[in-house]
Amino acid sequence: MLNAKIPEGPLKEKWTHYKEHAKLVNPANRRKFEIIVVGTGLAGASCAASLAEQGYHVKSFCFQDSARRAHSVAAQGGVNAAKNYKNDGDNVYRMFYDTIKGGDFRSREANVYRLAECSLNLIDQSVAQGVPFAREYGGYLNNRSFGGVQVSRTFYARGQTGQQLLLGAYQALMRQVSVGKVQTFTRHEMLDLVVIDGKAAGIITRDLVTGKIERHAANAVVLATGGYGKIYYLSTLAMGCNGSAIWRAHKKGAFMAATSWIQIHPTSLPQSGSHQSKLTLMSESLRNDGRIWVPSKQGDQRLAVAIPENERDYYLERRYPAFGNLSPRDISSRAAKERIDAGHGVGAMKNAVYLDFSKAIREQGEAKIREKYGNLFRMYQKITGIDAYQEPMMISPAAHFTMGGLWVDYELMTTIPGLFALGEANFADHGANRLGANSLLQASVDGYFIAPYTIPNYLADEINVTRPSTDHPAFEEAEAAVRQQLEKLLAIKGTLSVDHFHKTLGALLYNKCGLSRNAEGLREAIGDIRALKDSFYRDLNVTGDDLLNSELEKAGRVADYFELAELMCLDALSREESCGAHFREEFQTKDGEAVRNDADYCFVSAWEWKGATTEHKLHREQLTFENVKLTVRSYK
Amino acid sequence: MKIHLKIWRQDSTEAKGKFVDYDLSEVDAHMSFLEMLDSLNELLISRNERVIEFDHDCREGICGQCGVMINGRAHGPLDHTTTCQLHMRTFQDGDTILIEPFRAAAFPVLRDLKIDRSAFDRIIQAGGFISANTGQAPEANSIPIAHETAESAFDSAACIGCGACVASCKNASAALFTSAKISHLAQLPQGKIEHRVRVRKMTLQMDAEKFGACSDTEACAVECPQQISISNIARMNREYLVTSLFSI
Ligand SMILES: Cc1cc2nc3c(=O)[nH]c(=O)nc-3n(C[C@H](O)[C@H](O)[C@H](O)COP(=O)(O)OP(=O)(O)OC[C@H]3O[C@@H](n4cnc5c(N)ncnc54)[C@H](O)[C@@H]3O)c2cc1C
Ligand code: FES
Repeated sequence: MLNAKIPEGPLKEKWTHYKEHAKLVNPANRRKFEIIVVGTGLAGASCAASLAEQGYHVKSFCFQDSARRAHSVAAQGGVNAAKNYKNDGDNVYRMFYDTIKGGDFRSREANVYRLAECSLNLIDQSVAQGVPFAREYGGYLNNRSFGGVQVSRTFYARGQTGQQLLLGAYQALMRQVSVGKVQTFTRHEMLDLVVIDGKAAGIITRDLVTGKIERHAANAVVLATGGYGKIYYLSTLAMGCNGSAIWRAHKKGAFMAATSWIQIHPTSLPQSGSHQSKLTLMSESLRNDGRIWVPSKQGDQRLAVAIPENERDYYLERRYPAFGNLSPRDISSRAAKERIDAGHGVGAMKNAVYLDFSKAIREQGEAKIREKYGNLFRMYQKITGIDAYQEPMMISPAAHFTMGGLWVDYELMTTIPGLFALGEANFADHGANRLGANSLLQASVDGYFIAPYTIPNYLADEINVTRPSTDHPAFEEAEAAVRQQLEKLLAIKGTLSVDHFHKTLGALLYNKCGLSRNAEGLREAIGDIRALKDSFYRDLNVTGDDLLNSELEKAGRVADYFELAELMCLDALSREESCGAHFREEFQTKDGEAVRNDADYCFVSAWEWKGATTEHKLHREQLTFENVKLTVRSYK
Repeated sequence: MKIHLKIWRQDSTEAKGKFVDYDLSEVDAHMSFLEMLDSLNELLISRNERVIEFDHDCREGICGQCGVMINGRAHGPLDHTTTCQLHMRTFQDGDTILIEPFRAAAFPVLRDLKIDRSAFDRIIQAGGFISANTGQAPEANSIPIAHETAESAFDSAACIGCGACVASCKNASAALFTSAKISHLAQLPQGKIEHRVRVRKMTLQMDAEKFGACSDTEACAVECPQQISISNIARMNREYLVTSLFSI
């Protein structure tokens, strides 16, 4: 049984108590420590800047050409905080409860409470950095409500909240570069973790411009490398998002948790052809006024406008009358898939559902709708060429967010001492389903407010330990393995591209380990993944050299995806219940609702790597709920 | 549709580059411009050739990583649109498209269409921030900011740092980029405190990076995907003037 090291005491006092008792490193000693932070998204940039401000020396890595381009930049909707500025009854406890319930009671009470508690500081910090959040006419901060909660707690900067929050963190990071406390390594990819005496000792990286393999030693390593939803190939994520950093750490001993819990977002643009490389997210706010429907008749070929009202199936309103078109993400996505699979899908590939604004336009007028969603309608037209004021939008579910990730304890430390995981890279706070606007929050809170306490608490015991040398055999070994893998990928010289394998793997996973899963499909998927992986090592063609070569970068990531995909299936197979994003077809009510099994599965699955030919070992972290009662999530 | 491509190929910063011709015969009008390049790369792989290197990540116009010159225009023929947001339906069957990297002394080519824009990071390092350590912040609502001020600061802050402004300017000036950050921060009460030092240091760094001088042609603002206004440059110049007067 895994121990998350949750502090004693009442829920409300745990974090305060932790901070009061955390060990400190005196300022003179901080200078002697070197900390590696991989990732410059909200989690990585905020952590690196905050540690540097305390006096530590930090090396910061990212694969993009600038820290400012990390994927956090793409988040649109907003960030949650229990400020209660609207005087609508919000508070830390309510936000904690909403998050626990939204996660289908599969997250840790203590972590979630801390998240809600620290949300207050995040808004203060961002405003101080100059983040131009939306303001009311009186000059005070504005906010709005978002996905399935009854209060207004989402702060936003137009549709570019992630960009503005990230620029705040990036600027703080650049400031530390200017005073020499942070050294940045852009266009660098971490390819392995080095472990010495059981502790994280550094990383191996590849310079993506020169191809040079480098060794970096440190007293602590932080992975803030984001989510791996891109494993499905088609997703709302940026093209470079990957699971390699955490996966390679996993193979060095860090446990992976809740690996198969991946949020599939209901309102993305559908795939329009095999050339497609990504699925653009349309803001969820559209569901406030848009009605979702499909033709009642299977395979109906008529144009949407030609289908009369009584031949339309508003399936969310039909199945979930209380929440209707605003039902939570997992439920809405699953309901769409159910209709599409039953032959009611629309669009050229029959893979979409309609999101219809005609009623809203009739009732509120086109001007009002334009005012509310003008930029989104424009974006839709830019991408599809369709005017959504005249005909309904077409939307479709798309992989979006990974609740799973490296297992961490209350201090955000993995099972490898000295290795921390922050942001979307850890499994942390969202349970089996993440609430909208909670992940920008989690990434920021991890980096600004949690790691700057917990990392020093670890380092305090390392003061007399000398920093490992990059000449240590463990570094040599790790470097040799990295070189060998790159050479191997370049040497296959088959006929098929990396993208071919990535797309095939993605489609396979989406069908068998996506929105819904069953034991038979998952077992088949494991076999299929292995066969595809064999073919990859036989038929892959990476052209070009070992200098700047994007095909080589992609090949390494896809190689890891095969192993990760297999663990996702195993994780999904072993959990015989439905919860949040994990919907096992065998465990549902007769009207298709999820059946959770609290008696047997109220735990976090954490998996230990046992080698390429041996099956992963399952470790359990029991979840205990002392402050909330486990209930059935109902949106009917 | 059929498309003829002339693409800049260059092995490394030091190597000489040249245009190479490629033909694509099955381009789907719904493809994005970058998906068209993906399909060309698939073709090159099947021919055992090295792929075309180009930068991209989010593919939805916000990360600023993409950006090439398309028929002589930064990000292509549409105003205020990034390369990743451009679709092939903008072109005609049989068109010839010339693709080359953003060119500027401060943006050396790394390989093919990839360039080094780290000069932008160094301009921000010089002063593009508010010095607020984690933990120092007062309660957010203790600094009221007028709605219009916040909106106007946002307009400047929206810059994605793609470099199209530099590439479109005959002097390769970074004035639009630099002034956007200066005016984002200078408009906010939190940012005003440091604005003199900021303006001096950032403009000095801009010059040190081999960006040219701004000669008010306004070409940059036409291409800017985020519609960053030319008025930011005027504000920067004003702030710079005041700063110089005070520092005498
Ligand atoms: C389209 C979209 C919209 C979203 N909207 C919202 C929203 O409105 N509200 C909300 O709360 N959440 C939203 N999310 C989710 C949220 O944006 C992410 O969960 C969050 O930004 C993750 O931040 P992060 O710091 O953990 O990782 P990221 O921002 O993904 O950063 C990862 C970093 O790791 C680096 N990296 C990765 N692998 C390596 C490697 N091997 N070597 C070196 N560096 C590496 C990258 O270069 C990057 O710097 C959205 C997500 C998407 C896809
Ligand atoms: S790829 Fe991000 S802006 Fe174009």
